Amino acid sequence: MSTTDYKRKQIAGRGIPVTGNDIDTDRIIPARFLKEVTFESMGQHAFEDARKANPEHPFNQPAYQGASVLVVGQNFGCGSSREHAPQALMRWGIRAIVGGSFGEIFFGNSVMLGIPCLTVPQADLEWLQKQIERNPKELVSVDVEKQEVRLGDRVIKASMPDGPRNQLVQGTWDSTAVLLEAGDKIEATAKKLPYVVGF
Amino acid sequence: MARTLLDKVWEAHTVRTLLSGQTQLLIGLHLIHEVTTPQAFQMLKDAKLKVRMPERTFGTLDHIIPTTDQTRPYADPLAEEMAEHMIRNTKEFGLPLFDMATGKQGIVHVIGPELGLTQPGMTIACGDSHTATHGAVGAIAFGIGTTQVRDVLATQCLSMAKPKLRQVRVDGTLAKGVYAKDVILWIINVLGVKGGVGYAYEYAGDVIDRMTMEERLTVCNMSIEGGARFGYVNPDQTTFDYLRGRPYAPQGAAFDKAVTWWKSVATESGAKFDDVARIDGSAIEPVVTWGINPGMSVGVTQRIPTVESASEPERPTYREALAHMGFEAGQPIKGAKIDVAFVGSCTNGRLSDLRAAAEVAKKGKVAKHVRALIVPGSQQVAKAAEAEGLHEIFKAAGFEWRKAGCSMCLGMNADQLVGREMSASSSNRNFIGRQGSPTGRTLLMSPAMVAAAAINGAVADVRDILK
Repeated sequence: MSTTDYKRKQIAGRGIPVTGNDIDTDRIIPARFLKEVTFESMGQHAFEDARKANPEHPFNQPAYQGASVLVVGQNFGCGSSREHAPQALMRWGIRAIVGGSFGEIFFGNSVMLGIPCLTVPQADLEWLQKQIERNPKELVSVDVEKQEVRLGDRVIKASMPDGPRNQLVQGTWDSTAVLLEAGDKIEATAKKLPYVVGF
Repeated sequence: MARTLLDKVWEAHTVRTLLSGQTQLLIGLHLIHEVTTPQAFQMLKDAKLKVRMPERTFGTLDHIIPTTDQTRPYADPLAEEMAEHMIRNTKEFGLPLFDMATGKQGIVHVIGPELGLTQPGMTIACGDSHTATHGAVGAIAFGIGTTQVRDVLATQCLSMAKPKLRQVRVDGTLAKGVYAKDVILWIINVLGVKGGVGYAYEYAGDVIDRMTMEERLTVCNMSIEGGARFGYVNPDQTTFDYLRGRPYAPQGAAFDKAVTWWKSVATESGAKFDDVARIDGSAIEPVVTWGINPGMSVGVTQRIPTVESASEPERPTYREALAHMGFEAGQPIKGAKIDVAFVGSCTNGRLSDLRAAAEVAKKGKVAKHVRALIVPGSQQVAKAAEAEGLHEIFKAAGFEWRKAGCSMCLGMNADQLVGREMSASSSNRNFIGRQGSPTGRTLLMSPAMVAAAAINGAVADVRDILK
């Protein structure tokens, strides 16, 4: 399999801001919508309860339909390991996420789907959210390789840890094939563990 | 140089360093349940891959199963479909499944340690964020997503970055009526819900050293609630005594050899940590959450904090929490009226939790307006509790005695809050909508405190009842 199509160096699209800190994966997709054996319908349930409770929720607003760069606050995606959360966002149309910080399992799950999560300072994320609200049509450009977010004339320094960033830039985030390349080394590592071979 | 358990276990399981700079980490034990795996099995089938080491994966049914009538097919057709997929997939790929008929079914994080599958020095992964629970025996155990479940099935490995390590020391002596749940809720209160992002937690200190294994399981369980993907306690005599004789633990002479290896993986004295946090265990009182994340908590004698007491960026969350919960800033948490009481979950669904709740249940009757559920963490916990007559104590006091499962912790079965019901819950998350109703409200606390609230009809100080 060629990794060309998998490279996630730059992603550009319209932005959508979801303000607030500590937005957990139960909020992104409540557990009662996980009773599915596929991820196909997850997109329609993204933020479902929050959208029902608040007609003004960004995911409800016509101005943001078709947006692909989500801008969030601190500790976004904390809580449950449910991959259904980034699956729901991806199937709604999100291709990159910019925020203050991320729940670690959510971050890892997003990378496994080829969705970069970049962190920016609090002041910059607030500016981004306000700027997107003012002009939802403007393109937000996320440069994973250079770790930058661009909007209008501004270039904001962003960051993403080396390992997952390299996976996205190299196109190796779909990791099964990469892990299988280790071949016999996997069994060799297992055979050195006393609990595997027997005490 | 003195090394930590994290250093040693990580190194022993490193297959190689990947081009990305991450570690290809071998997973020694893979636990699966019905909610986060059907898509992973489908991906495996689509890619025509087999399970690499089928003897290292074990399954159970926990999230969606009903806790009342468990006759198949289940009343909820979606739950039935998920169970059916799990049974079919594990059969097709040759993986053991602890279903109802085995007598060993239960919440994945309860049965792992209970069966002795969970052992010191292992790497353990499961498609569930509370996998950190297993760290209590001295393992590196963490939650993963479904695509990562696919990777573990297909390769027995994950691509991972080694986290930094923070030692969380809890010294002093816990007061009567203060439990492991209060300790972890207080750790999260002090260090914050995102304080552990990028870190693993090593729990240590007098209080942790003196804890039973079940108490340590409760502490490690909520590591993720403090932002740490995993947490562990170094293996010691308590660990070895707990594991001896369990069905999947080494038996006979092999057990003694295992103990030698288990001791060798513990953090060495003088090892350096990236950070050390100190908590005074003697100062902890029974803790109750008042907000919408597990860090928003107070001691039971305290008042709900004001918005102004929070840092500027946290204030919107405080406002949202007060509005959702229907609380006034400055209001005492004691006396907050409840509608539902829930004892159970992977945090507090073990025998010692049920004993603590029963001790309180003996002292009174569930308030008339309260619906109270006791949901054991596993079939074996239920059996042991029944052998002691705990179920009779609960039933006599007006609690419902249910069958094992995740139940109202996340409301994937019929056990859900209705409307704005307020729940006193021994579970792990008070997120908006967590217990099945979008407007439902959750107060997290220890099992004994839940029983006290059930009897009082409102948040109570269990120390007053235990006097």
